[in-house]
Amino acid sequence: MSRKPYVRALRWEWLTRHPRYPRYLLRELSCLFIGGWTLMMVWGLARLAQGPEAWAAFLDALRSPASIVLQALALAFAVYHSVTWFNLTPKALPLQLGEDFVADRVISGAHFAVWGLLSLAVLLLAGAF
Amino acid sequence: MSERVVELEVLRYNPETDREPHFRRYSVPCREEWVVLDALNHVKENIDPTLSYRWSCHMAVCGSCGMMINREPKLACKSFLRDYQGVIRVEPLAHFPIERDLVTVIDDFVAKLKRVKPYLIPKQPKALEDGEYRQTPAQLKRYKQFTLCINCMLCYAACPEYGLIPKFIGPAALSLAHRYNQDSRDGGREERQQEIAATEGVWECAFVGACSEVCPEHVDPAAALQQVKIKSTVDWYLEHAMPWLNK
Repeated sequence: MSRKPYVRALRWEWLTRHPRYPRYLLRELSCLFIGGWTLMMVWGLARLAQGPEAWAAFLDALRSPASIVLQALALAFAVYHSVTWFNLTPKALPLQLGEDFVADRVISGAHFAVWGLLSLAVLLLAGAF
Repeated sequence: MSERVVELEVLRYNPETDREPHFRRYSVPCREEWVVLDALNHVKENIDPTLSYRWSCHMAVCGSCGMMINREPKLACKSFLRDYQGVIRVEPLAHFPIERDLVTVIDDFVAKLKRVKPYLIPKQPKALEDGEYRQTPAQLKRYKQFTLCINCMLCYAACPEYGLIPKFIGPAALSLAHRYNQDSRDGGREERQQEIAATEGVWECAFVGACSEVCPEHVDPAAALQQVKIKSTVDWYLEHAMPWLNK
């Protein structure tokens, strides 16, 4: 008897099989917003180099409603990416002390703590307080 | 003992007569403690003896009865009918060609498993009279979780990367390679790195994490793959950026 295996084509249907798949895609898509925000910072540096008037115009543009919406979106995506990523760190960085492994929440917790401290340091340097 | 009738929708494919698979519905009177595999056995014994599917142990050990149950990869022997409402849709494992009905072609997985050398390659081979290879409990615990894999391939059906890029070696085979790399008695890491640290190896993984969520034995393949990525990255830096450390 000859074989005739049937190969199913993979369509976008896989994204709807379980909520974990759109959640994953959202994490991947976050890079576009974070990347866009980083490019905006580079553009800001270029404007700064052009002199005080160009810099003032850049700051004005940042205050426009469209810019505020985009920055809020970028912030939301950055937070989503960071939180989901830090929650996964125990998988990538298991720590065995003696016989036992350090609890997952200690490893992700350490990442969250360093993230919080660094963010605080940046805000302090930026004169937010 | 309570009894209810469940509606099963099973994807059927007969390579001798069908051009493509189609669903067939069966009404199965089932008991409270029945799993999907019991319902399939009932269909085969009482309704349609031509239904084909793999199974063996009925206790989540052999890894044969993996299938898509309501679009999620599951072991049919571990999926209780009482946990499902309405029509239960049963399909062959996603991402694998269908041989017949719920039986998939698994040649690709078996070939990949072979490529990663999932067996102990001793650092220094010992003669039998020299005794056993000894290991402390801590050394055992380092890799024990990854030994629990039963090769059921649910992780392959859950992994969109494997579905999109069939060359990807995939979660189970890579986890087993990692299991031996983590073993204090093993010295085969360099041989396995050729396969697992390559593009088709861990670097095709985008850390969707679905493999670990569907694994019936809690092996956590996603963890194994990320650990291999980190170790391979450290290797690269040691070799290229800090070659003097290697001397």
